[in-house]
Amino acid sequence: MFEQYLEIFWGFAKAFAVGGLICMIAQIVINFTDLTAGKILVAFMLAGVVLQGLGLYQYLVDFAGAGATVPISGFGYLLANGAIKGAQKGVFGAFTGALAAASAGISAAVIFSFIMAIIFKSKSKKN
Amino acid sequence: MTGKNRQNYNKNYIAYVNSFDPPTEHFKNCFRAFLVGGFICCIGQFLREILEHAFALSGDELAGTVSVILIFLGTLLTGLGVYDRIGKSAGAGSIVPITGFANSVASPAIEFKTEGLVYGMAAKMFIVAGPIIVFGVCAGTLVGLIYLFL
Repeated sequence: MFEQYLEIFWGFAKAFAVGGLICMIAQIVINFTDLTAGKILVAFMLAGVVLQGLGLYQYLVDFAGAGATVPISGFGYLLANGAIKGAQKGVFGAFTGALAAASAGISAAVIFSFIMAIIFKSKSKKN
Repeated sequence: MTGKNRQNYNKNYIAYVNSFDPPTEHFKNCFRAFLVGGFICCIGQFLREILEHAFALSGDELAGTVSVILIFLGTLLTGLGVYDRIGKSAGAGSIVPITGFANSVASPAIEFKTEGLVYGMAAKMFIVAGPIIVFGVCAGTLVGLIYLFL
C-alpha cells in the first residue's frame, strides 16, 4: 500500500520536473530572443512533431506522463502519433490520422471558447 | 555622437533608452516559469490519476479527457480574467501548457466579440491557434506520409 502511494508521488514529481523544465526552456528562449507567444507555441509544437517522428517523444511520455503531454509539445506528439498510427492503415489513414488524434483538443478549445465568449465580456480594458 | 550619421544616431538613441530599462531578471523569470508550468502539469497528472482509477479510462481516451478538462479550465480562467494575471508573472509557464493554447483561443474570441459574431469572435478565435493547427497538420501529415513510404 505504501509503495503504491510512493509510486503516485513519483509520478507527480516527474510530471512537475519535466513539465516545468519544458516551460523553463521556453522562458529561456523568450528571454534571449524576441519571439512572441504565438511563435513559441508553433516552435514547441513542431519540436513535439519532429521528436515523435523520430520516435523519441514517446519515451518522455512514458517517463513523465502529464509532464510531457500537457505542454504544447504534447499536442505535436499527438498529431504525429495519430498520423503514424493512421499510416499503418494506408494513405487515407495518414491524411486523417493527425487531425483525428487532435480532434478532442481542438473541438474543446473551439466549443469552450465560444461559450466563454458568449458569457464573458472583455476585461483587458480595465487594467 | 554628432547625430549627423543617421544609423549611428539611432544606435546611440537605442543604447540610451536601454540604459533606463530595468535589467531582465533571467533567473527569476525561468524559476517562475518552471514552478507554474510544473504546477499545471501536476494538475494534469492529478486528473490522470483520478480518471484512471475512478473512471477506468486508459490510453488515448485518458489523455484526451485530461486535455479537454484542462482546456475547459484554461478558457474559464481566461473568461474570468484570472489567466492573464497569472501570465504576467509566469511568462512561458502559462503559455506552453495546453491551458495556454486554450487561452490563446478564448482570449481573442472574448476580445473581438464586440466586432460581431462571425468576423469578430469566430474569425479572430484562430489568430494564434490557427498557425499552430496549420503547421501541426502539415508537419504531422508529413510524418505520417514518411512513415507510409518507409
